Amino acid sequence: MLALIRKSLTGKGGALRLAAVVAAPAAVAAAFVATAGWLSPDRLTPATFMRDFHAVDGAHPGFRRNHAKGVCVSGWFDGSGAATPLSRAALFGKERSQVVGRFALAGGAPNQPDAPGKVRSMALQLIPTNGAEWRMGINDIPVFLVRNAADFSDFTLATAPVPGTGKPDPARMSAFLDKHPETKNALGLLKARALTSGFANDTYNSLDAFLFVNAEGVATPVRWAMVPEQTVEPPAAGEGGQDYLFDDLLKALAQGQLRWRLMVTVGEPGDPTADPTAAWPEQRRKIDAGTLTLTKAESEDGGPCTGITFDPLILPEGVAPSDDPIPAARSAVYSRSFTLRSGETKPPSEITPAAVRSGGQ
Amino acid sequence: MRSVESFPISARVLHWLMAAMILAMLFIGVFMAAAVGPAYHTLVDLHRPLGIAILLLALVRLANRFLFRAPTLPDTLPPALKLAARASHVALYALMIAQPLVGWGMLSAGAYPVTMWGGASLPPILPHDTALFATLRHLHSWLAFSLFAVVLAHLGAALLHGLVLRDDVFPSMTARRGGKK
Repeated sequence: MLALIRKSLTGKGGALRLAAVVAAPAAVAAAFVATAGWLSPDRLTPATFMRDFHAVDGAHPGFRRNHAKGVCVSGWFDGSGAATPLSRAALFGKERSQVVGRFALAGGAPNQPDAPGKVRSMALQLIPTNGAEWRMGINDIPVFLVRNAADFSDFTLATAPVPGTGKPDPARMSAFLDKHPETKNALGLLKARALTSGFANDTYNSLDAFLFVNAEGVATPVRWAMVPEQTVEPPAAGEGGQDYLFDDLLKALAQGQLRWRLMVTVGEPGDPTADPTAAWPEQRRKIDAGTLTLTKAESEDGGPCTGITFDPLILPEGVAPSDDPIPAARSAVYSRSFTLRSGETKPPSEITPAAVRSGGQ
Repeated sequence: MRSVESFPISARVLHWLMAAMILAMLFIGVFMAAAVGPAYHTLVDLHRPLGIAILLLALVRLANRFLFRAPTLPDTLPPALKLAARASHVALYALMIAQPLVGWGMLSAGAYPVTMWGGASLPPILPHDTALFATLRHLHSWLAFSLFAVVLAHLGAALLHGLVLRDDVFPSMTARRGGKK
């Protein structure tokens, strides 16, 4: 064979042909390396956000990288049928879907103390008897703080404590806000929101816009909220134990069921779908799509919400992403967080099985 | 002019079709694993059914490989290289079948729906187990890098045959059966 190679190389264009043998795989390999982002360390990737959360809250192996402090809940969702003209998803029909959910506080610290003004979240997995499941992570703030993944990363880093002071650099945040009036406005709306006394009587908003697609294939932009049936009360004065928000939730669930209405806001032409920092006009049509009933709380340790990720793009047929860039970023980042924490040993959660058994006493 | 012993048309169609699909999948996979933009979701939605399609085609191809005899390698190749060629083809078949199965198993272990096109989805093939999910997710990356490495070696070897050795190996995958060299 070597003789064959030698003969071929001494022939006309031999060197060129040998160069092609090496160059073609090398070119494909170079394209692969570039596609993977290994040549562009500044590219925004899921790993960027892992580093951002680490910079703000430190390392907490085994826990979700954001909304780390939480508790599992379960129950069901009864579709009202009112949303079926807009979406062909089976769970909007008059049927019951099983629900696994999670209440949490925003932030990467799994042992942070509860406080009235901290952002609370509800995450849900709705599984109809026949048909595809729907997962969501929704929050008790009126609008999202940033328009896209890059801004989220910059904003998160601006809240990171600076070595030395242990506090965020105010200059960095004001520089970010000068560049991003939409975030300044969103923070204003967030501060002005009416706080409630706990998880049970709070309203959780999708913030992001999605599309409902009906049986005829017609797509309608929507946002939605879980609106409590529990009486809305302001935070009680003088409260503020380490886990008071979670303990109150455990107490409420030990006493009985908790219910929310899934209120779907129907967007109209011109309503911003790509910008989750912009609220839609208040007078938009709202549809009562069904009732969420939660009956049971469980600690993350042994509970059913720990082994799943509430990826907001796990959608049934009939619900589709809009041009809002945030859900895709959340989907990618949640996936990374899920992979990392699934391979780590998790210390006990703040809300322990014993705390759940005692009903938050 | 003499006749070239080439692969049957079924093998050649499967080879070139799957070559395009596998290269596309490797690039889609490595891009989406480091993406947070709107393309992320579109690519993940494409990655799953394309992976299952590759799995099905690989099984058809494996059956086809046993039904038809592959052309023999020329005697000008030293035995060590013949062995390397054989091993690399076994590795290609193994990876073409293992990689989609690991992807499917990984989604199963992570309790992700294995969504195909048109709202259809596949059942899980492994129990819900997050530690297993983490292991399989990492394995999926490493199998992708291994597959890519073998594909590059395959490409380099094919070009060596076609451009330098100029034996019957390259035309056996491009020429008609019994076609002229």
